[in-house]
Amino acid sequence: MEKYTKHESIAALMNRNNVDTDQIIPKQFLKKVERSGFGVHLFHDWRYNADGVTENPEFELNKPAFKGAKVLVSGDNFGCGSSREHAPWAIADYGFNTIISTSYADIFYNNCFKNGILAIKVDADQLQMLMDEISANEGVKFIVDLEEQQVITPAGNGFKFEIDPFRKDNMLNGLDDIGLTLKHVDKISAFEEEHKKRFPWLWAS
Amino acid sequence: MKKTMYEKIWESHFVHQEPGQAPLLYVDRHLMHEVTSPQAFEGLRMANRPVRNPHSILATMDHCVPTKNRDLPIADPIAKKQIETMAENCEENGLNLYDMKSPDNGVIHVVVPEHGFVHPGMVVVCGDSHTATHGAFGALAFGIGTSEVEHVMATQTLPQQKSKTMLVQVDGELSKHCTAKDIALAIIGVTGTAGGTGYVIEYAGEAIEALSMEGRMTVCNMAIEAGARAGMVAPDQKTFDFLEGKEFAPKGEHWEQALAYWASLATDEGAEYDAVLTLNAADISPQVTWGTSPEQVVGVGGTVPAPESFADKGKRLACEGALKYMDLKASTKMTDINIDYVFIGSCTNGRIEDFRDAAEVAKGTTVAKGVTAIAVPGSVHVKIQAEKEGIDKIFKDAGWEWRDPGCSMCLAMNGDELKDGQRCASTSNRNFEGRQGKGGRTHLVSPAMAAAAAAAGHFVDISKLG
Repeated sequence: MEKYTKHESIAALMNRNNVDTDQIIPKQFLKKVERSGFGVHLFHDWRYNADGVTENPEFELNKPAFKGAKVLVSGDNFGCGSSREHAPWAIADYGFNTIISTSYADIFYNNCFKNGILAIKVDADQLQMLMDEISANEGVKFIVDLEEQQVITPAGNGFKFEIDPFRKDNMLNGLDDIGLTLKHVDKISAFEEEHKKRFPWLWAS
Repeated sequence: MKKTMYEKIWESHFVHQEPGQAPLLYVDRHLMHEVTSPQAFEGLRMANRPVRNPHSILATMDHCVPTKNRDLPIADPIAKKQIETMAENCEENGLNLYDMKSPDNGVIHVVVPEHGFVHPGMVVVCGDSHTATHGAFGALAFGIGTSEVEHVMATQTLPQQKSKTMLVQVDGELSKHCTAKDIALAIIGVTGTAGGTGYVIEYAGEAIEALSMEGRMTVCNMAIEAGARAGMVAPDQKTFDFLEGKEFAPKGEHWEQALAYWASLATDEGAEYDAVLTLNAADISPQVTWGTSPEQVVGVGGTVPAPESFADKGKRLACEGALKYMDLKASTKMTDINIDYVFIGSCTNGRIEDFRDAAEVAKGTTVAKGVTAIAVPGSVHVKIQAEKEGIDKIFKDAGWEWRDPGCSMCLAMNGDELKDGQRCASTSNRNFEGRQGKGGRTHLVSPAMAAAAAAAGHFVDISKLG
């Protein structure tokens, strides 16, 4: 996983609540057996015209000012619905590494951090200020600093954010979750032996 | 200290916690299907890591499989590749797979209970949000992402933060023609789709106890649509009777040991939940969704709401957007909404009881002109049982298509889908934009409601059927 430190990037705005994973990556693209190449299908049904190829100019992320954005600012309950990890894969493959919203669906939130996406939670007022700033100045760049846990914006709408220290450390160091867990493989084995004694039927059938 | 069932299961699976890190939780059962697993196997191979406990895994093929002409090669080359990859991955790692030709094939959350693979007190995961279904057995069952599928295969554990607990108490008795599906939708109508975020829901109360195991599975299945990762019901005699004798259920001396343990799992009297929601079953009427989120739901006797009726700005905007997408006008009676398509099936409502309910209503009717109605059993076993009972004949005589098992039109990955603008009465779990096909409009209902809509060509208030 790539290390996440500090960057300055265009912040794109999707002023919608309840953006669900069916929209983030529609199911017709779930049939691949690889992890990469989903970015071109991100928000497919909103992003493209009926021909599925040409861009729909009405869709927010197709605005020229938002091209190359790494930060995505969106409304409440982002990433709800299906657990498909293709959603964060598509978001990351498209180029986003940061999402800012008031809230996320649990599974999606976990999946973001496993895929190098920093999902930042802000309160409703803060979100509104960020949305207003982007609307007034499309193409505006935010600085996201994970080490300091802060976002800085040109109009002074910057803020500090909370993040679980474990997630933060993994992101800063680009650490793989499985490797971290396998450091405790002896503890897992010991637990398993006890578990087998306590619930022998789990292994019998 | 008095504990909830969730806390008991959590504690019995807690392996280790490193300071500053999430606790590691042990996983007993890992369920798998072809869509969310290939990249996990790819990851294991890349890191040269073995599957730690192949015995803990049960796999099926359900999302991409055709529901007709199954003897022919799969037409969609990408779906074909997924199916083949699943078979190769299971073969390579020695995993138990119910492939397309297996007499045990079907939707993962239907076949797993059929074989007694999940027991009370277990921690169960699957790369599928509807894993919550298995909470009906008093297990902690939840959906995970593909990275986590890989993590569980490699370590048999998952780093997990402890959830908050919510008790959803449904008192009293359901009225005739109301089902577990109506309970599930009515709850979501109250909580909203984010109300359960961060919580594990325990469903209790007379109306939940009165449900069959199938009904409890339907309720727990849709915990995720209330925002909760898991839903659960305390195990009781119905649970034990359901499991006894099943292939993977404990046998002999182990059965007695297991029973004693299972009986200890229920939440202690006086244990506290972080949130409590109480509903009265008698207040629940047959439910229909009108919008593009499961929380946008009303009783069938109601009308499509107006955006102005929502005080919350977000809900008002969501209503506006939904009415536009669904091509509905505020104040329209739900029973005046015409449909083009009916789908009965899915991990929510694809079990034998669901087809019995629907057949009772479909019997002697004819599918309305211009309506296509498909019945898709959740598994080969459900299909065979229904055929033994003559249920297939009732549907076929009424003009329905009787299909082979699979996820089918619940998420329309296998070619079964709505055309742009078509409107469907569906027993599935999500009515998101495009879920059943681009431009398709989904109304979530119970099997009986779906069958009534198929015959009438519009929604029907089945509580008035007598």
